[in-house]
Formats: sequence, C-alpha cells, structure tokens
Amino acid sequence: MNETMMSIYNSRMKRKRRFLLMTCLLAVISIVLMGLMLMLGNTFYPVKDVVSVLLGEDVKGASFAIGTIRLPRMIVGLFAGFAFGAGGYIFQTMLRNPLANPNVIGITAGSSAAAVFCIIVLHASNALVSIASVVGGLLTAIVIFILSKGSSFSIGRLILIGIGIQAMLNAFISYLMVIGNTHDLPSAMRWLSGSLNGAKMENLYPLIIAVLICTPIVLFLASRLEILELGELAATSLGVAPNKTRLVLLLSSVLMIALATAAAGPIAFVAFLAGPIAKKIVGVGFSNIVPAGLIGVILVLAADLIGQFAFDTRYPVGVITGIIGAPYLIYLLIRINRKGDL
Amino acid sequence: MKPTHTFRAEQITAGYDNKTILQDVSVTIPSNKMSIIIGANGCGKSTLLKTMARLITPTSGQVTLDGQAIQKMPPKQLAKILGLLPQSPIVPEGITVADLVGRGRFPHHSFLKGWSKKDYEAVAEAMEMMNITEFADCHIDELSGGQRQRVWIAMALAQQTDILFLDEPTTYLDITYQVEILDLLTDLNRKYGTTIIMVLHDINLSARYADYIFALHEGKLVAEGPPSDIITNSLIKDIFALNCMVIEDPVSNSPSIVPIGRHHNQIDNIAVKTKSS
Repeated sequence: MNETMMSIYNSRMKRKRRFLLMTCLLAVISIVLMGLMLMLGNTFYPVKDVVSVLLGEDVKGASFAIGTIRLPRMIVGLFAGFAFGAGGYIFQTMLRNPLANPNVIGITAGSSAAAVFCIIVLHASNALVSIASVVGGLLTAIVIFILSKGSSFSIGRLILIGIGIQAMLNAFISYLMVIGNTHDLPSAMRWLSGSLNGAKMENLYPLIIAVLICTPIVLFLASRLEILELGELAATSLGVAPNKTRLVLLLSSVLMIALATAAAGPIAFVAFLAGPIAKKIVGVGFSNIVPAGLIGVILVLAADLIGQFAFDTRYPVGVITGIIGAPYLIYLLIRINRKGDL
Repeated sequence: MKPTHTFRAEQITAGYDNKTILQDVSVTIPSNKMSIIIGANGCGKSTLLKTMARLITPTSGQVTLDGQAIQKMPPKQLAKILGLLPQSPIVPEGITVADLVGRGRFPHHSFLKGWSKKDYEAVAEAMEMMNITEFADCHIDELSGGQRQRVWIAMALAQQTDILFLDEPTTYLDITYQVEILDLLTDLNRKYGTTIIMVLHDINLSARYADYIFALHEGKLVAEGPPSDIITNSLIKDIFALNCMVIEDPVSNSPSIVPIGRHHNQIDNIAVKTKSS
C-alpha cells in the first residue's frame, strides 16, 4: 500500500465513520421523538406505561389514549416523514436541483387534489382515496415531464412548470373546500399543508406497505442514483441504464409520497428540506436516502410535537414545517438567482 | 498490457431526432493505439464517438466488440471494457476529488460489497498518473479548468477499461494544459496499451499525437490512416474548405498545417524561406 492509497483509504474511512455515526444519531433522535409522541398528550404517561401498552397489557386510561390516538398519530408521522424525506431526496438528486422536489413542483399537490376530489365530490372509500392519490401524483409527474420536454429538456423549465401546476392544483383544492362546505378549518388545513390529526390505524396500511416495499428497492438503486448524478452520458458509460433506473426510482418515490400525502396531507416542505439537511449533517459521498428519510421523520414528529404543545392553540404539523421551510425556499431562490441558473 | 480487441462500426447511420448526421460509416479501431477523429463542426465526429461508445443507438448498422453487438451486451459488463469521458460532465455538489474518481469504480462493484484493495489501488494509480493526489480531499469547484479535466480523466482511468473514448478533452484549456493532457494520454497508451479514441479540434496536435486519424466530412468517412499518409492540403481543403500548406512539424516530424487566409498568402516567400533555412 503506497502513501496515496493510504490517504484515500483514510479519508474515505473518515467520511464513512461520520456517515454511520450521524445516521445512528438521527435514528436515536427519531426513536426518542417516537417515544415522546406516545408519552405526551392531555395526560402524561411514563415510559413504563407506554411499554406496557405496546406489549399488549391493559393499562387503565393509557391503553385507549395510546393505542387508539397516539400510536396511529406516531405511525403516520413516522412513515409519512420517511416517505417524504427519502422521496424528496431522490427527486432532488435525480434532477440535480434542490428545488426539484415533490413539494415545490406540485406532485404532493396532485395527490392532495385527487384525494380531496374523491372525498368531497365522490364520497369515496379509503381504498379509492389511496389509489386516487397515487394516480394523481403520477399523473402530475407525467404532465410536468411532458410539458417540460419541448425542444430541449431543461430542469429549470421543469421547476417553473411544476410551480405553476402546483398553484393551479392548490386553487382547485381551495375550490373543492368551498363547495364541500361541511368541512371545518382543521380538515381543510390537512389537505393544504398537512396534519396528523385523526389518523386511524386502518387507513395507514397502504402507506406502511408502500414504504416497506419501496425502501429496499430504492436502496438497491442508491449507488446507481449517485452515478446518475454525473449526467446521462457519464452514467451510461459507467454501465447504468439511465432511463430504466430513473423510471424505477421515480415510480417508487412517487408511490411513497402519494400514499403519505393520502394519509397525512402534503406536509409542507418536508420533502424539500430533508435532503439538504441530511447532506449538511452526514456529508456527501455515501447515499443519503436513509439519513434524508430519518430527517423527514424527525421534522414531522418534532413539528407535530411543537404544534401540539408549544402554543396555546394547537397547530397542525404542516403549519410548523411551513414556517421552517418557507424561509429556506426564499434563501435558495436568492442564492440560485445570484448564481444565475435555475 | 491491455488485451487486443476487434472493435468495429459496421455501416452505421445515426443522428438525433429525425436528423441523420452520420451516414453509412464503417470504421475499425486500431487496437492498443491512439486514434483521433477530425473534421469540421457538425460533420458527425462527436456522433460517431457517441455511437461507438453506445450513447446513441444507430438507426441502421451496428457497433461490434469482438464480434458481439454492443447494444446487446450487459451495460455493466461493457463498462469494464469501454469507458468514455463526456464533453461536459456534471459535477455533483460538494463531492471531493477522491470520491469522484472513485465513482469510476462503479462497474467493478457488486451490490453490498464495499471497496476492495483493488478499488483503492485503481483510484490511487489514476490520481497519481493525472498528478492530482494533492487535491484528493478538495472539492471540485475549488479547482481550475485544467485540474478539473485531469480529475475527470482520472475517473475514466479508475474505470480501468481497455478502450477509452474522449470527446474533445482539451477544449477550453490553455495550450500548456492541452499538451499536458495529450502527453498524459500518450503515457496511458504506451504504459498499459489502452486503446484511445478521441475527437480533437486541433489538426496539428492531432497529427502529432495520433497513431491513426479518421477524417469525417458531412457525415461520411473521407480518409483514414496514419497522419503522415493522409494529412495533405487537398484533404484539408476538402473537409474544412481551407487553403493551407502542409509542412513538417520540426518537433515531432509529423505533418503540420499552416492555414492560408485572404490577407496572408505569400506562399512563394514562405517556400523560399523554408528552402533557404
């Protein structure tokens, strides 16, 4: 082993250690937040009670509060957070631009609009709502890609078209809210910015199954995603089939994101923030799909806890993530504007 | 030494969308040699390179490697034999030089298997060869154009292919770096016997460094052979519509062209000067 090899080996190991350490840390924080989600509420239950309930023992009062209300809320936060974080990171990496994520280019809005349409106009069943939200998300993605194709594909144009489509879809959702009429403000918030309120276990299975199936698929493709980042030509010459890889990654992430949206609404800016935060914390060089997913979990659970307990009024999770995310969006736009390319 | 391959384009026609750029071109790439494709802008040299590197599927004809059509070979398998340095590769944000060079090892990795000693060896060797070891932990955006180009070539070297394509590797570089890059590629060819095929704009540098030249004009192959056999003023007139004199490059004895323009055409004087000196 010569000197160059040693130094390459050492700095790679250093980055790998940081990657593993930070990923573990993020996992620990996620678990702590999951615990807090179960412990906190109108009544505080200590760890002992929570564990007993989870083990299936009957604890007076706690069994109902934790099993029926807090556990589904925590589960939807966990899976939706992971889906948004990982899916958002995949979009941003695949399209090589932090703005190119499901929140900004309207894919979550597409899922939302389809779900709201089914609920308010068709009074459809939960299963149909899930299917519609996936179809809505996919259709929005396809429409954006087709419209931005034109004579030459540009990611800048894709983002601008996506922002336009998102505005249209949000207007459509608002319109449905108005004609729906019976819906009160909190449930309207759910479809505009996302909320974990009123989560029921039986509605969560599509999301849970999608995340459990899609995560291994995208992890299998993680190294290919890194190669795709070098551009189409370099990827092909390194033995990655760009179109096939992109299609599978796109389908998996849209599936996860759409079902997360169907379950919790388009929790604002989580898909947008998770990737860049993960990059800052764990660094570049290893696939950040899992760290981004964990950041998504942390953002959603922490924002939900803040929304529930930090103020006199209870705010849905999306309002809190929106407050964090909007300034970052502005910062990014200013920075990109300075660099001169979208 | 790298093994010998029979690498051919057989009557390929190719282009973008509905526009045909390359028409019925057949070439056999000399194995373990350095070949350069020359021609005017838009003549199809880049298209030929990309078609041979399987980045473009020809509309008719086929590219074969040792008798097998490359489009039918498994992509990762092919990536161990055929490498390409694209004209303008994209730099992922925040990546270090060593990491980027390491991505060239992708075709040699299998799922879940981490880096082996061989990977570190290949990356170190490629970086040493391109003189970029001191930048190992730098970010790409901190480097100059010439340094960056060396990083990209190092990535292609780490791939350790038998055949390496380069699409205008010296564009936008100062003359110093142009010569440096071409020298490094010659080292690579001589040391390992890597077959190199590149597109180059500079005819004089092409004539100096190439073992073999392919000249394209309007999508057709018009001449091929060692530079000293094919670089003549009539060929240059045909493919570039330019009058020129061909003289001997005093440094390398290869042919070298001196363009004649409307304001500079004292051919007789030059001829006299060359004779008397």
